[in-house]
Amino acid sequence: MTVLFVFFGLIGGFFGGMGMGGGTFLIPLLTIIGGLEQHLSQTINLIAFIPTSFIALIFHVKNGYVEVKDALFLLIPAAVFTVIGAFAARGTDGALLRKIFGAFLVFLSVRGFLSRKKENQLFKSRNRKDNF
Amino acid sequence: MKNKLKKNISATLLGGLAGLINGLFGGGGGMVVVPTLTDLIGRERKKAQATAMLVILPLSLISAFLYSSFGYCDPNTLIPTMIGTAVGGITGALFLRKTSDVILFFLFYTLMFFAGLKMIF
Repeated sequence: MTVLFVFFGLIGGFFGGMGMGGGTFLIPLLTIIGGLEQHLSQTINLIAFIPTSFIALIFHVKNGYVEVKDALFLLIPAAVFTVIGAFAARGTDGALLRKIFGAFLVFLSVRGFLSRKKENQLFKSRNRKDNF
Repeated sequence: MKNKLKKNISATLLGGLAGLINGLFGGGGGMVVVPTLTDLIGRERKKAQATAMLVILPLSLISAFLYSSFGYCDPNTLIPTMIGTAVGGITGALFLRKTSDVILFFLFYTLMFFAGLKMIF
């Protein structure tokens, strides 16, 4: 069982390390295959990525990729609403939260495919290495 | 001037949405922050992804603290998962750009789509 969770972490971390949103991958793995309760999966996801993100962030700052002013501007409203979101999650039954999260994933994947299609039309003639 | 105000209001609202999502789902805020930084603020992809981390990390700290205080935590699953994310994270960062992004793109979103359906039903 322990090995299984290391494996889930590896997959989530791999996508996360590539900047593709590892959490959106780790949570379904923990819930669907790992059989964890939704709230517990979410907590594990939150904590598991903290050290990796912290190290990655240091490298990004050193490389000059972080726009601190942009981040702070978004962070202020985000911090307030994250507290509201966390309390909303506590007040929501795990089975329902799982369904809402599932709908969120479906929405994200559809949005991903649509944006890809749009980009392909815009840059059809160009060989882009950096997209989606 | 009016445009700038509109942009600031949109950015504030989207920041709030990212926070709400990250708090409610324990992740996924980056899926709002990155497009906000690229499409609304006009940052290039790489900068947007790096900057998003500075937004998401404090949010995750707040949510992790709250979720733990609500009693949702299990060290027996957390620790092995965390070892995995650390090793996987480094591998992913090294692997970046060494593989075809088209294959990864389809793999990522197709899996996400079916995982989402599975979670709904």
